[in-house]
Amino acid sequence: MADSLVLAVEAGAPNLVAGGVFAQWAGIMLVLPFVAFLLIIFFGKRMKYLGAELAIGAMAIDLLWASVLFVQNMGTGLFREEHFEIASIGVFDGRSLVFELGWLVDGLSIMMYFVVAFVSLLVFIYAVGYMHGDVRVTWFFAALCLFAGSMLVLVGAPNLIQLIIGWEGVGLASYLLIGHYWEQKENSSAAMKAFYTNKVADVGLVLGAILLGLAIGDFSFSAISEAAANHAQPLEAVAFAGGLLLFLGAMGKSAQFPLHIWLPDAMAGPTPVSALMHAATMVTAGIYLMARTFPVYQDLVGGEAAREWMVPIGAITLFAMGLLALVADDIKKVLAYSTVSQLGYMMTAVAAGGYTAGLFHLFTHAFFKALLFLGAGSVIHAVHSNNMSDMGGLRKEMPRTFWTFVIGSLSLAGIIPLAGFFSKDEILATLDHEGYQTVMWIAVAGAFVTAFYMTRAVALTFFGSYKGHGHPHESPAVMTVPLVLLAVPSVIAGFLNIPGVEFGGLGNFTSWVGARVVTIGDHHPEGIDWTLAAYGLAAGGLGIVLGWLLYGRDEETQAARDLFEIPVLYPLLRQKYYMDHMALGLVGFTKGPSARAVDWINTYVIDGAVNAVGGGTRILGRFVYGGLDQRGIDMFFNGVSAATDSAGLAVRRLQTGRVQQYAMGFVVGALVLVLAIAVFN
Amino acid sequence: MMVNQFLVVAAALFALGVYGLIVRRNAVMVLLAVELMLTAVNINLVAFEAVIRSSQAVGQVFAIFVITVAAAEVGIGLAIILMIFRNRQSANVDDFSLMKF
Repeated sequence: MADSLVLAVEAGAPNLVAGGVFAQWAGIMLVLPFVAFLLIIFFGKRMKYLGAELAIGAMAIDLLWASVLFVQNMGTGLFREEHFEIASIGVFDGRSLVFELGWLVDGLSIMMYFVVAFVSLLVFIYAVGYMHGDVRVTWFFAALCLFAGSMLVLVGAPNLIQLIIGWEGVGLASYLLIGHYWEQKENSSAAMKAFYTNKVADVGLVLGAILLGLAIGDFSFSAISEAAANHAQPLEAVAFAGGLLLFLGAMGKSAQFPLHIWLPDAMAGPTPVSALMHAATMVTAGIYLMARTFPVYQDLVGGEAAREWMVPIGAITLFAMGLLALVADDIKKVLAYSTVSQLGYMMTAVAAGGYTAGLFHLFTHAFFKALLFLGAGSVIHAVHSNNMSDMGGLRKEMPRTFWTFVIGSLSLAGIIPLAGFFSKDEILATLDHEGYQTVMWIAVAGAFVTAFYMTRAVALTFFGSYKGHGHPHESPAVMTVPLVLLAVPSVIAGFLNIPGVEFGGLGNFTSWVGARVVTIGDHHPEGIDWTLAAYGLAAGGLGIVLGWLLYGRDEETQAARDLFEIPVLYPLLRQKYYMDHMALGLVGFTKGPSARAVDWINTYVIDGAVNAVGGGTRILGRFVYGGLDQRGIDMFFNGVSAATDSAGLAVRRLQTGRVQQYAMGFVVGALVLVLAIAVFN
Repeated sequence: MMVNQFLVVAAALFALGVYGLIVRRNAVMVLLAVELMLTAVNINLVAFEAVIRSSQAVGQVFAIFVITVAAAEVGIGLAIILMIFRNRQSANVDDFSLMKF
C-alpha cells in the first residue's frame, strides 16, 4: 500500500465511504484469473476437467468478492483507490508523471466487477459441457481466464494507462479465442480482422489518453474527473479532441459503426467465447470507457461538443446494424448484429448524457445477451450447425433451452416487465429529456426491428418442423443450469432501476453506479414516462406480431419460410451494406495504389538517392584510382624508377673494368680541375 | 736557392709516370710507372723542405713515409700480379677487366 487515496466527503462529491477489507484488497480479484491462467497452463492437462475447475474456482471467488462489494456499495457508496508507483515516466511541462498500477473500487467498477464475474462464471461452467471432447480444452480455459482477467484489470484500472493494458489484454485474448479453431483459414482470418480493426481504434484511445493525461499531468481517473468537475482550463483545452479520440477507441471495442465489422466475424470463435465477448468482457469496454471518463464529456464544453458527434454514430449503429440481423441465417450472426445494435443504444444513451441509462442497459443486456448466446450455443451443440435453415421445431426436444431463449428474446425485445424493457425505456426517456427527439424515434424504430428479428430467430429455430439431420436432444445440465441462472436476472434485473423507486435506504442502480469521486450530474426521471414506455412497448409488440405472422408458418424448407425479400433493401442487407467491401477496398487501396506509391518513392527517390551517392562514390573512386593514383602518383614513381633504371643502364657502360681507363679519367679530371682553378681563380 | 729546377724535374718525372700508367699494358710496368710518380712527389717534398727548412725536417720525414708506403704497395701489387699470372698466364692489364658491368 504505497499510499491509499481515500476521498470521503468533499464539496460537491457524493457521500462515500472507504469500505472494508474487501475494498482494500479488491486487487486480488484482478490477479486471481491470471494466477488461474498460469496454473492451467502448467497443470491443467493433468486435472480431471483439464483445468476448467481452476478457471471456475477463480471466477467463483471473484464473483463472491464482487457480490460482497456490490452489497456494500448499496446505501452509502464506496470509493477506494489503491495504487503503486511502478515507474516514473518523466517530467512533462514541469509536472512529474508516474506510471501506477492498482485498483479502483467505486460504484461503476463494482457494477462491472459483478457483471464480468457473474457472466464469466456461468460461461465457464457452460463451457465445460460445450467444449467437452474439443481440441485444446485446457488452452481454451487458460485463454478464457486471460480474457476475464484482462477485463477485470481494465474495469479496475485507477488510471488510463492501466486501462490501456487491460484493453490490449482483452484484445489479445479475444484474438486467441476467436481463432480457437485456427485450422480453418476463415477463423484465423476473423481473429486477425478483429485484432486489426481494434488496433485502428486503439490509436485513438492511446492518443486520447496521452492528450488528457498530459493536459493535467496525471493519468488517474480521479484526477481527470475532479479536474473536469472543476472546469480546469488545461483539460478544457483538450476536451474536444481528447473526447473524440477516446470515443474512437471505444468505437473499436464497442463495435460502433463503421468499426463494427469485426464483431459479426468474431462468431468464428466457440459459442461460449461469443457469449463472454458480447455480454461482459469485450464490447462493454468501450461503453465502460465512456462512462469512466464521463465527467470530461459532462462538465466540459469541449466534451459536450464531442458528444454531439457521438450521438449520430450511436444512432446509426443501433438502427442500421439491427436491420442486418433480419437477413442473417447464422443464428449467432443474428445475435451478433443484435449486440452491435444494442451497443448503439448504450453509446447513444451515454453520448446524449444518460450515464445511468447507458450503464443500466449494459447491465441488463449482459444478462440476456449472455443467455441468448448460450441458448444458441445449446442449439448449435444439438444440431451441429450454426444455420437456422438446419433448425426448426426444437421447442419439444429442447424445452429448457427454448424457454430460457424465449425469456432472453422477450427481454431483449423490451417487453414489460423483463429487464430489457426498463433499460430501453430509460434510454428513450434520456433521449427525450436531452432533446434528441429524432434519435428517440430512431431508437423506437430500433426496438421494433429488435423485436422483429428476435421473433424471426425464435420462430425459425424452435417452431415449425425440424430441418436438420439426426435427432437433437436437450443439452446436459452443466449447460442448461447456467441458462436458467442467467434467465433469472434477465427477468428481474430491470427492477433494480425503476425510476423513482428505491429499496429503502439502499438506493437503486442509479445511486449505486453514481458512487463516483465526483457527482455525475445526469438526469434521473422521477417516475416512468408511460407515454414513452407505450411507444417502446408498441414497437416491440408490433415487431413480435409482425415477425410471428411472417415467420410463424411452417414450410417444406427453411429457405421458403425465410423467403421475404424487399427489393433493394434485401441485397443491401445481405451484403452488410457492403461495409466489408468498403473496408477491403480501403485495405486494397493501401495495399494497391498507396503501396505502389510508396514503392515508387522507395525505388526512385530513396533508392535513387542511395544509388546516386553510391554511383558518385564509384565514379569518384574510379577517378581517384585510375586518374589520380594510377596515372598520377604511380606514374610519377614509375617514371622516376624507370628513369633511374635507364640512367643506370646508360651509365654502367662507363664501368669497363679496364683500370687504365679509370686512370685516364682520373688524370683528365685532375687536369680539368687544375685548368678550372687556373682559369677561374 | 732556386727550387724551380727540382720542380721541373719532378713534374717531368710525374708526367712520365702518368704516361706509363696509362699506356703500358704490362702490369709490372704499370707498377713501375706508379713508382715513378711517387718518386716525383718525393723530389718535390725534399725540394720544398730545402727551401722552407722547417725545424723538424717535415719534408724528409714525409719522403721517407712515402718510400715506405711505396715499398709496401709494390709488395702487395706484385703479389697480386703474381697470383693473376699464375691463374691466367698473363700479366696484361687488359686481361684483368673483370670488374665491370
